[in-house]
Amino acid sequence: MSSSPTHTDQHIESHAPTLGAYLTGFVLALILTIIPFSLVATGWLPPVATLIGVALAGVAQILVHLRFFLHLDMSDEQRWNTIFAAFTTVILFVLVGGTLWLFYSLKIRMMIGH
Amino acid sequence: MSTNLVGPAAVKANARADTEVNFGFWIYLMSDVIIFAMLFVAYLNLSGRTAGGPTPQELFELPLVFAETMALLLSSLTFGLAMIAMHAGHRQRVLAWLGVTFVLGTSFISMELYEFTHLIGEGAGPQRSAFLSSFFALVGTHGLHVTAGLIWIAVMTGQIASKGLTGPVASRMARLSLFWHFLDLIWIAVFSTVYLAGVTQ
Repeated sequence: MSSSPTHTDQHIESHAPTLGAYLTGFVLALILTIIPFSLVATGWLPPVATLIGVALAGVAQILVHLRFFLHLDMSDEQRWNTIFAAFTTVILFVLVGGTLWLFYSLKIRMMIGH
Repeated sequence: MSTNLVGPAAVKANARADTEVNFGFWIYLMSDVIIFAMLFVAYLNLSGRTAGGPTPQELFELPLVFAETMALLLSSLTFGLAMIAMHAGHRQRVLAWLGVTFVLGTSFISMELYEFTHLIGEGAGPQRSAFLSSFFALVGTHGLHVTAGLIWIAVMTGQIASKGLTGPVASRMARLSLFWHFLDLIWIAVFSTVYLAGVTQ
């Protein structure tokens, strides 16, 4: 039993989370939170540009979280999680995009609100 | 074999066996993404249907949402610090960071409950309009998840205090870590889609 810790030490490339990764993720997430909040609070850009900025910052922050907090990468340990997340993204586009498209089309055809 | 080990050795010995179990938990999280996606779609389709009632611009207060966001983001960092302490085998430090995470998560839920009671008090409850129904459904579902996460944190605090950093405890902490960071990730979509976009129009 006493020898097994060293044994596992050698075999498992430590994927232990590091302070650097968490701090990098935190600072990036902080910046990507402050940018959209200040865009909306100041009204510095026209509404459409603000919405695009909010969307881009949101997507960027989600990627930061996936990389630095959820530790997704292509290492042996994480590969299938990453592939499954990519697959889920495809499903998301079909479900969200498809539903929005459907309801938009329905709205036009029914002339709701006109 | 690894259940007899305690501390960093146990944490490392369990890492490989955990990969499969964690993948199963990851599949659950991704199916949860689909649940949230459909709630988001409902919100996006219904957010304009205010039935003559209050609009998003009239209801949402950005400073409160910013404070909620900061509480959740900080709690992600402190949970990460708990995981680092766990891998280093510092039991007291794990308990301390879990405690901080719990306090931050509780402050998030308190702010959300304050907002909900405030809205309902103003006559802007879920029954007022399709916009508010979908708002409460979406944000409330996220809040329920965070509450579940808080209960889980409390349970793990008890297990670490009583059992120490054994292999199974470390294994559960790995899943709780995924769950907690995942909730912060969903919140990014909530504050962008619901609050920031809602106030902009």
